[in-house]
Amino acid sequence: MSKLRNLEDAVAAIPDGAVLMIGGFMGAGTPHRLMNELVRQGKKGLTVIANDTARPNVGIGKLIDAKLVARLVTSHIGTNSETQRQMIAGETQVELVPQGTLAERIRSGGFGLGGVLTPTGVGTTVEEGKQTIEIDGKTYLVEKPLKADFALINAKRADYYGNVDYALTARNFNPLMAMAAETVIVEAVDIVPVGVIPPDVVVTPNVLVDYLIATENRHG
Amino acid sequence: MDEKTLIAKRVALELQDGFLVNLGIGLPTMVAAYLPNNLNVFFQSENGIIGMSALPEQGFALGDLTDAGGAFIGALPGACAFDSATSFGLIRGGHLDVTVLGGLQVDQSGQLANWMVPGKMVPGMGGAMDLVSGAKRVIVAMQHTAKGKSKIVQKCTLPLTSVRRVDLIVTDLAVLQPSEEGLILKETAPGVSIDQVKAATDCELIIPSNVPEMQITE
Repeated sequence: MSKLRNLEDAVAAIPDGAVLMIGGFMGAGTPHRLMNELVRQGKKGLTVIANDTARPNVGIGKLIDAKLVARLVTSHIGTNSETQRQMIAGETQVELVPQGTLAERIRSGGFGLGGVLTPTGVGTTVEEGKQTIEIDGKTYLVEKPLKADFALINAKRADYYGNVDYALTARNFNPLMAMAAETVIVEAVDIVPVGVIPPDVVVTPNVLVDYLIATENRHG
Repeated sequence: MDEKTLIAKRVALELQDGFLVNLGIGLPTMVAAYLPNNLNVFFQSENGIIGMSALPEQGFALGDLTDAGGAFIGALPGACAFDSATSFGLIRGGHLDVTVLGGLQVDQSGQLANWMVPGKMVPGMGGAMDLVSGAKRVIVAMQHTAKGKSKIVQKCTLPLTSVRRVDLIVTDLAVLQPSEEGLILKETAPGVSIDQVKAATDCELIIPSNVPEMQITE
């Protein structure tokens, strides 16, 4: 059965209150059409796991502007004054996670691990409330895995089966998130016939991908 | 020469041929512009690339090729791209030779605070905690004082970025080397006396008998 969906139907499958992982780094590699459609459909009470919230009116920042996000797990909000305002006002609950730890928590969620041991954050405020373990004389924080209901992925190309590759720095968290969510929605710049993406070049295997968003008709 | 340029030109001398280097946003980014001639250094941007360069021309801007601040960049021959787990594996796993970061405070024990001011500025740590925990060498590049107050203090009052002791502090007044015993004054900036450095510093410094003037790249 084809994984192809139109944008509206794919986003309609996301309920209010869902936990979303969203790819991207300051908007690069964020699925922008999915962001716009989430706002248009007015989803409520979302939990968003993402590296950052870009800037107001850019990428994930649009979800913040529209007040769709109740809880945010992220590494950096310094470029988005609206996210900071909502956090300080208590409108959005924000958990700040070191970027490398965020990547590994998502990876461990998708790879079936019980978390990761990292030296990052030991002795800082990040350690508060967490277990530490000493291994060979070095102290590590126990960081728990993250999983999501949906991963919203931006890809350079997907083939008809859902094999995916990525472009340059637009890759970032996308392939990690595609492993860690119940339902994976891929917004590709291009959807190409099977075989166009050689097996060695595929980064995210097709079995992980549930929905492909139909590309915009660029000649229409 | 302005103070930031002086700092960037001094830090540039710390980079060696073949190094993998990560430069923080702001002042540290300026270091790339002052590399000694013929030095082949690989710059990593933690959003997933080694081999980043300045954008050659505005017309070449590509939405899928950006730095950690979201700005458009170029890529040098030999550049490679990877996901965020690999990027931080490079950082945390001991593969990164040098990181150059800005600072809010560095204390006598060499600990750095650079990611938040409680109640005022809560940007999040981004990659800073991983960079300080994992890089082989951590260089802090910052102004010695801010609003008349020293950024070199006895004990950091702002939340720490890491408990790891940084390796070198380069300011507009001096080069300081943290050690077990405290901060060693290694160099003074051109035209700056040892007494001026001491007066602008909120903790004891270890002063060797010979403190040369800061050298910088051309």
